[in-house]
Amino acid sequence: MQTLIEAIVCALLLVGSAFTLIGAIGLVRLPDFYMRLHGPTKSTTLGVGGVVLASVVYFSAHNNFASLHEVLIPAFLFLTAPISAHMLTKAGIQQRVAVSSVTRGRPPVTGASAGGERAQDANPDDEPAREA
Amino acid sequence: MLAIVIPVSFAILGLAFLLTLVRLVRGPSLPDRLVALDTLNINAIALIVVYGIMLRSTVFFEIALLIAVMGFVATVAFTKYLQRGDIIELN
Repeated sequence: MQTLIEAIVCALLLVGSAFTLIGAIGLVRLPDFYMRLHGPTKSTTLGVGGVVLASVVYFSAHNNFASLHEVLIPAFLFLTAPISAHMLTKAGIQQRVAVSSVTRGRPPVTGASAGGERAQDANPDDEPAREA
Repeated sequence: MLAIVIPVSFAILGLAFLLTLVRLVRGPSLPDRLVALDTLNINAIALIVVYGIMLRSTVFFEIALLIAVMGFVATVAFTKYLQRGDIIELN
């Protein structure tokens, strides 16, 4: 029984760490700010969920009662990761970060600077010419 | 088994930490650096939870939860400052 629980804890730890590493690799290697957001907000959050689940299983077996209060951490992270990602995307649109040509879609033109010459770049009519 | 897996997990998480630091230093724009800071927060939570498993102590749960809350508030404040030039707009 103890060996089984230890195996479960080990597997959850390795899977969680691997997901965190995948998120970090995505953060480094992807070409674009809008693409780079996907790594941390999805993969890394899931990795922390796996690590905390390992902790829950370990301490539940160790103390002989369900230590479910640790689930608060991934619950809070799963709630806040989309919110922070949304606000980061809005900040990126505001700052007009560089957009790779591989990224699907174009960020909307914000109101304060919509009259500039870059507003014509975001015109959907000339998008096929830019992507060709 | 756990005595082997915990150092391996520490190594993987530390590698993720280093890669995120690379993006924090290199990031061409300010929002890139903000994403890197947010990821550093989440990586720190994972490291602290693994450290708690290693020491068989439950006090690290509160630290991890506090870092999660503070990290979210910090990210929201930074993005608010980037967008509006101000964090708490009184008028």
